[in-house]
Amino acid sequence: MSTDNHLTWRLLRVWRRDWLVTRKSWLIGFMTPLLEPILYITSLGFGFRILIPEIQYEGHTLTYVVFMAPAIIATNIMYTAFMENSFSSFVRMYYQKTYDAIRATPLSVDEIIAGEIMWGATKSLMAATIMVTVLSLFGLVRYPTGLGLLPLAFLGGLLFGAIGMLFTAFVKSIDMFNLPIFLLITPMYLFSGTFFPLENLPGWAQGMAWALPLTHLVSLARNLCLGTVSWMNVLVSGGYLLAATVLLVPLALRLMRRRLIK
Amino acid sequence: MSDNVIEVREVQKRYGTFTAVDGISFDVKRGELFGLLGPNGAGKTSTIRMIYGFSPLSGGSLRVFGHDITTGWRDVRARLGVCHQEDSLDEEMSVRDNLEIFAGFFGIPRAVARDRANKLLDFFSLENKEKASVRELSGGMMRRLAIARALINEPDLLILDEPTTGLDPQTRHQLWEKLADLKRQGVTIILTTHYMEEAAQLCDRLIIVDHGKILVEGRPRDLVAQFAGNQIIESQGIPRMGTLEDVFLKLTGRELRE
Repeated sequence: MSTDNHLTWRLLRVWRRDWLVTRKSWLIGFMTPLLEPILYITSLGFGFRILIPEIQYEGHTLTYVVFMAPAIIATNIMYTAFMENSFSSFVRMYYQKTYDAIRATPLSVDEIIAGEIMWGATKSLMAATIMVTVLSLFGLVRYPTGLGLLPLAFLGGLLFGAIGMLFTAFVKSIDMFNLPIFLLITPMYLFSGTFFPLENLPGWAQGMAWALPLTHLVSLARNLCLGTVSWMNVLVSGGYLLAATVLLVPLALRLMRRRLIK
Repeated sequence: MSDNVIEVREVQKRYGTFTAVDGISFDVKRGELFGLLGPNGAGKTSTIRMIYGFSPLSGGSLRVFGHDITTGWRDVRARLGVCHQEDSLDEEMSVRDNLEIFAGFFGIPRAVARDRANKLLDFFSLENKEKASVRELSGGMMRRLAIARALINEPDLLILDEPTTGLDPQTRHQLWEKLADLKRQGVTIILTTHYMEEAAQLCDRLIIVDHGKILVEGRPRDLVAQFAGNQIIESQGIPRMGTLEDVFLKLTGRELRE
């Protein structure tokens, strides 16, 4: 329908709704990004200290905690936005009929979905802000490059939110989200240079890993944290994330339009 | 501008090969309480959804407040309120938050929203529940809140899709009074219902639709007089006055629908 193919800043009204509703349960939202890095650092940091005294990464010699810490932020950015725009958006769409209610107001489907994706990215940004703060207290973030993690969190949030929304446009029941998590999210979590350097993988597997969005998010997050970020890095990985976002957000809007407008 | 708030002309709605609405035309006048009646699957909800631009038309034309719904949907929706068949309230939020958050979708400033929420809570006797979460409300309260929410933008047109289904008689009668109040305030109302008594009492005019077509249009009393006579004999042999229900069953048949 041509009428719903409209995108204006009214999408912020949907964003605001999500913000006001989420604010009610802020404590839960606050605790996860606060505790997660502490848990990872203590568990993997202490646990692997003897197993892996140091690690080689792009010519730098790092302790395991220093290597792994930025990946905690990157994977959290992915999970936060993906979960928000898959499970949570599906609940709003399917069970709570929130979208139906909003579609009786002067908002288009595009604005609803774009507002939802922007909300998912905002959640990623908020979680990343807390995590960066915690990791800074452990001395694991270099500044000023570390500040680049915040816009990166928002961009990564938009991308993984859009990916979540793509599945929301298709799934028949909420259980079906386990499929993309099992086939896409978890493999990325394990193979995107998160827990070990990609250099450890065979060449073909490295190539495959660089096709995944999380690899680029991890790479940028790590180099921003370490203060080793290069323009090449920003150009390649930032370019990848930006291009994928510019491609997938409109696709998510289109597929949701197809699902919702009947 | 004409006196018609809604002008439906030869409107069709198809889902794949199934035709839900098959070329219907009707007008709703300003200040009128207009009923849309029909068995399940007759095309009532499909029609309603096209009126507020939720579903695109498959054919025909539809104007609300003089705007073509296909192009002027934003202006139309700014001036109407919809209460859906299924509750779509934010369950974890309070009664007041539900109203004020919804006001945000219309871009209503917060102070104005708070003011209107006060009035609506009062009007629907929910002022003691303003801090309660929706989960704690009874079915009747939830429905009142849903209608209150539909009024947050002070609409000129209120669309109610089966507003009293599943409510006890007390709540239903209370809602009827509220609807009559709104009508007195000049709000045009279009409602669908399965309760013929409700339609007979409330509606100025109504249509009965079946299989996507309008079977009959008119004032409840006239329809009863025309189709049910002034007195009919039931099979048990007890004479009683004809009702709108008799008209409905006569026109749509007695067999059950899927």
